[in-house]
Amino acid sequence: MLNGAIRNVAGEAPIRTGKVKLDIPPLVENGNTVPMTVSVASPMTANDYVKSIHVFNEKNPQPNIGNFYLSPSSGRAQISTRIRLADTQKVVAIARLSDDSFWQVVADIVVTLAACTEELN
Amino acid sequence: MAALINIPAKAKRGDIIEIRTLTSHIMETGFRHTMDGTLVPRDIITSFTCRYNGTEIFRADLFPAIAANPYLSFFTVAKESGKFEFEWIGDNGYSSTASASITVE
Amino acid sequence: MIFWRAIVAAALVATSPALLAGEIPPDARRSGYSFMGPDTRAMQDDDSSNPGMLFVLDGEALWTKKVGTADKACADCHGDARSSMKGVAVRYPAFDKAQGRPVTLDQRINLCRANHQQTAPLPYESRDLLALSAFVAHQSRGIAITTGDDPQLNPFVEQGRNLFMRRQGQLNLACTNCHDDNFDKRLAGSPITQAQPTGYPLYRLEWQTLGSLERRLRSCMTGVRAKAYDYGAPELVALELYLMSRARGMPMETPAVRP
Repeated sequence: MLNGAIRNVAGEAPIRTGKVKLDIPPLVENGNTVPMTVSVASPMTANDYVKSIHVFNEKNPQPNIGNFYLSPSSGRAQISTRIRLADTQKVVAIARLSDDSFWQVVADIVVTLAACTEELN
Repeated sequence: MAALINIPAKAKRGDIIEIRTLTSHIMETGFRHTMDGTLVPRDIITSFTCRYNGTEIFRADLFPAIAANPYLSFFTVAKESGKFEFEWIGDNGYSSTASASITVE
Repeated sequence: MIFWRAIVAAALVATSPALLAGEIPPDARRSGYSFMGPDTRAMQDDDSSNPGMLFVLDGEALWTKKVGTADKACADCHGDARSSMKGVAVRYPAFDKAQGRPVTLDQRINLCRANHQQTAPLPYESRDLLALSAFVAHQSRGIAITTGDDPQLNPFVEQGRNLFMRRQGQLNLACTNCHDDNFDKRLAGSPITQAQPTGYPLYRLEWQTLGSLERRLRSCMTGVRAKAYDYGAPELVALELYLMSRARGMPMETPAVRP
């Protein structure tokens, strides 16, 4: 599922590891809201910039987390958001550069359930 | 629906500024069930767009894995004074907008 | 420096009731904030990224909305909340003469709605009630809690203390077992806090929304497999009263963010 979702974005293009940094707590306090920052090393000029960032996960019911579209006027290729992680799993961030090359980083995140459950009433 | 936008009120031309947005939305995943087993239907924001004086400078596709009350921060180069316009679009015809002004000298 | 601390310590001892066995001394009281990781703390620190602030904004809008047959808004009597509500939340639950017992801030809001706005009360844990109480409590952010100073509250504080110390539920645990005796240890990976209610109503990541102290107490009770008291029950009010008085001196943080 994860690979299929990645292929939907990158097609058959090779995905190299590097350039992308994933800032996410290795042990999350609560899987419902996990702060995440993805940044890509790029000069962000008209000829060399990050076109888009795509984030995927391994074990949620759905592999996609978000797609983020940038342009040279973004200045810095960095986005932050808060995500949901259902279980301990890998998170993959892939950047598409202006030359249509793909770069990725993979992070292993540990997610535990909250200590006390609550009745939904 | 409430939205909180944080951009610097003033910037110098060419500065890279951070734009932070927070909006209220339940982001119902569509994978949860009620106590009697009925599936709670998906109800999420699917897309976020930011325009700077009319030009789109940032766009995001959001999926159920984005946490409730979505927070999004991104960057842009301060080019000229004017207005940022933010739009959130989602399931069930959801649409919400906000704006913020900036003075660029 | 040492002189000042001695004077302050003496003043504290002189004015506050004696500590009972097991109670955390004032200088050792720690907010749940100090038990969280840096990312969650960052979420609370920044008003433009604290999801609880969305509710405070909603509350601000409700504050000026005219309701009821009296067609009155909170603002019509209370004016600018920034000044009129400053220091209010820190003395709640407070004794209500007409009721003859303490009421929580939520109950106080509903009493105002009934008596002065002539409109229906807001249901417990409803979005509007949470937004209003978040807005009011937020005006006390940074101010030290003074709940329990009123001697009329003494029997109810006592009731709350007994509830805090009483073993209950299938797991046969009392609040004090974890929150006085074992804070800073972990329960299934989550840090056990001192249960100081300095930030309520707060945005709990587990709930993905704002919630009241009563909601948290009810889920704790469910956690020890006890039947939770209903919202607004005198037991929950007494517990909240005890917890707030146990947190006396600590600054309010509303709206806090907690895992």
